[in-house]
Amino acid sequence: MEKHVLIAFPHPDDEAFGVAGTIIQQTQAGVPVTYACGTLGEMGRNMGQPFFATRESLPEIRKKELQDACRVMGIQDLRMMGLRDKTVEFENEDEIADKIFAIIEEIQPSLVITFYPGFSVHPDHDAFGAAVINAVMRLPDAERPRIHCKAFSKDCEKVLGKPDIVTDVSEVFRRKLDTIRAHKSQTEANFKKWDEQLVSEDPELINWLAKETFWTYQGKKD
Amino acid sequence: MEAISKPQVQAALDRFLNQEVYLHLETTNGAYSAFNDDNMLSVGAYIRNGKIKYSIGKITGAGPYRVGLKIDLGWVYAEGLTDWEIDDKGRLLLAGHHADGKIAAALELSHEPF
Repeated sequence: MEKHVLIAFPHPDDEAFGVAGTIIQQTQAGVPVTYACGTLGEMGRNMGQPFFATRESLPEIRKKELQDACRVMGIQDLRMMGLRDKTVEFENEDEIADKIFAIIEEIQPSLVITFYPGFSVHPDHDAFGAAVINAVMRLPDAERPRIHCKAFSKDCEKVLGKPDIVTDVSEVFRRKLDTIRAHKSQTEANFKKWDEQLVSEDPELINWLAKETFWTYQGKKD
Repeated sequence: MEAISKPQVQAALDRFLNQEVYLHLETTNGAYSAFNDDNMLSVGAYIRNGKIKYSIGKITGAGPYRVGLKIDLGWVYAEGLTDWEIDDKGRLLLAGHHADGKIAAALELSHEPF
């Protein structure tokens, strides 16, 4: 059993599709989970379908969605870090790492979940993941939490191999769907497509949602 | 937001004329467009809290619309605008939305910093 899990992603909803089930399994088992979320996804393109958000109202809406999603997942400790969407890669990485490091020192997680730098497609993902790794690596070897990374770039399996952690979350499937649904402005369009597929139990969609994959951090790959 | 009414947007642009105002301008096709389609280039640009003063501000086109603002040494331009509102802080918000609701462009003006 984990002592404490730190989830560290740059955007509200980064946890929804590929990590929420794992988080729910942890909180159900009584493991404290802290979510450090970098930005409020201020520059998101999805505004709801039909759209109900504006560029200016989106941050508050996504903040509330994030809080709702945390309630669904059973996360009681949400840290919003105040960075701005799309600008993470231009910030000073060490400064972001300082903030993450302070959280790590405080909660002493046994496991950190973040994006694999270089394999996570969105520049904010790669930059935030790099800052998280930077923070963890400041700890001496023996004190370091394990790092499980999400990766989904086209070359990720070619370079990293198959994900070494594959978690079946079908037991908490409904709650995972509710988590995704909580990010309404971002995921309404998905459910327009999914609702029928979920009723007909489309195996491809169900399998994609019920199986969460991670790579244990293997060090820099460049 | 609602579908752009050209005369109403023109009247709003006139209210920000010849004074220092704050500009938000953006366009993007999304950080995942190259990931989803090898033939695509992910492009985007935005400016937040640009301070400008314009002597001409016009909305043109038959929908989707274009807006041009003539500033001291140049221009501000946006194309593909479909919707608008004056928000609760008195800011003029203009946006271009795809049919699926995704935002593709925005031009916003405010008397106070965003």
